[in-house]
Amino acid sequence: MLKQIEKYGASLLALPFMVTIGLFFILPLLLVVVVSFWDYTSYSIVPDFIFTNYEDIFYGCIDNLPELCTAFSTYLSTIKFVIITWFITLIVGFLIALFLAFCVRSIALQIALFLLCTIPFWTSNVIRMISWIPLLGRNGLVNDGLVKLGIVEVPIEWLLYSEFAVIVAFVHLYTLFMVVPIFNSMLRIDKSLLEAAYDTGASTWQMLTNVIIPLSRPGIIIGSIFVVTIVMGDFLTIGVMGGQQIASVGKIINVEMQYLQFPAAAANAVILIFTTLLIIFGMTRIIDVRKEL
Amino acid sequence: MFNARFKFMMISFFCFFIVFLYGPMFCILVLSFQGPNGGLTFPMRGLSLFWFESLFDGVGVIDIWSAFGRSLRLGLVVMVLTVIFSLMAGLAFRKKFMLSSVLFYATVSSLIVPSIVISLGVALEFRILDDAVKTLGEKHQITWILEDFRTTMGLFSSGLGAQLTWTLPFGLLIMFAVFNRFDPSYEEAARDLGAGAWKTFTEAVLPIIAPSLIGVALFGFTLSYDELARSSQAIGGQNTLPLELRGLTTTVTDPTIYALGTLTTGISFTVIGLALAFYFTMRRRASGKKI
Repeated sequence: MLKQIEKYGASLLALPFMVTIGLFFILPLLLVVVVSFWDYTSYSIVPDFIFTNYEDIFYGCIDNLPELCTAFSTYLSTIKFVIITWFITLIVGFLIALFLAFCVRSIALQIALFLLCTIPFWTSNVIRMISWIPLLGRNGLVNDGLVKLGIVEVPIEWLLYSEFAVIVAFVHLYTLFMVVPIFNSMLRIDKSLLEAAYDTGASTWQMLTNVIIPLSRPGIIIGSIFVVTIVMGDFLTIGVMGGQQIASVGKIINVEMQYLQFPAAAANAVILIFTTLLIIFGMTRIIDVRKEL
Repeated sequence: MFNARFKFMMISFFCFFIVFLYGPMFCILVLSFQGPNGGLTFPMRGLSLFWFESLFDGVGVIDIWSAFGRSLRLGLVVMVLTVIFSLMAGLAFRKKFMLSSVLFYATVSSLIVPSIVISLGVALEFRILDDAVKTLGEKHQITWILEDFRTTMGLFSSGLGAQLTWTLPFGLLIMFAVFNRFDPSYEEAARDLGAGAWKTFTEAVLPIIAPSLIGVALFGFTLSYDELARSSQAIGGQNTLPLELRGLTTTVTDPTIYALGTLTTGISFTVIGLALAFYFTMRRRASGKKI
């Protein structure tokens, strides 16, 4: 008896965690795939094995080329957000991590500054989104400043509730997801490598490209995966900051669920997951290839 | 290692980033204390607690305070479960066990699968469960199901589950970091001195890792308290505060929403502050004991 507890002890300890992940992550994910082949009426979902949900999504996509169908244009628009956000958060996140890891000498100050960067992560996303209204609104600080300086004559309309606002909010909300893993990778870099590079006459740029960037690669990849998956499936930020006017894949799923078209939403979710995986796979490939050269 | 000019540029960039990070929040904090004629943008029109008062009277048809209560209760339950489950799983992961690598990959995937997909999946799960219960009720003519049963979805069933898929991975990753740095000789010493498994855990392991558990609790509570993407479709009829807040962004056009923002951010900050204070006192006490 005791021996058995010893033998299965670790499994038993992990059991509550395992059951929770199984019940609320793995099973739901499987259900999404299964239900994407189901049929539905206006009030219920019917077990079946049909491909209509997928056919409906891509209806007219091939026939009407070169004109883009809804699915293609929505995916293109979402991917555009992904690429822009990924690029900006990567640059900003890398520089912040670089500062924290190599420009701050005292460890206490390093911890304090790192905490300063992470605290907003523990506050409400919606509040952080609406906090851009006083700055980017029609009569906001930015427009006021621009008008007073005479750069523009009338307030710019596209600062808030626009694609611009969506990207500002994404960068504001998710740069941290880049900073933390890159900072973590940088802390593992042996400082003597940098000193050696410096002593042998490397410029700052050479130190960055030959030592720091290659050695921060794991952190860069992890951060990129986070940012890409978050932006790919987003419907809240694009909804609030886009003034509910911009389409995204996540929003399509959201709307379909509100109309109780669960199988259609599930089919879209399956395609969303595949596209996301494809992008992540592609990105790791690109980084790999560059390393090979 | 870097020259002075580069360092100066980096410091400026960091300061700019901090302003970018905190500036907007600071703006709504200031604007929430405007007078009754205040609008959504600067300049400040007067100084008062008017918008907080109007918040206490309620915002339109939405009952902010019961939403707040629900968020608080759900956050506490998520926090407790996250700490217990992650701690147990963290202990388990120190050895290899059945399905341990599957569980690890599932946990990491749970962090990066788009939230809307998880929300949809959980909603589907409970919808199918509802249908099953209803069919069962009709088949066997069970009265309470036929008359009273509505849905299994709710704050502490589907809502709780959906949020745990978000907080548990963070909890487990923190536990990994903790046990990677954990010196097992304390444990061995306790065992050598004759302590049983339970006593070794409570008197040797737990005091050492206690400060980190505060970190797990902080993640558990604040991530749940502010979470909305995963619970959005899977919470049933009663909304949490973040969900109500999102609804308010399209309907409310006066500084009440800033007052609400100030209030809920204040609560988040209080929780973070408390957690940090706890963490540092416990660490100090732990290091004091060692000497």
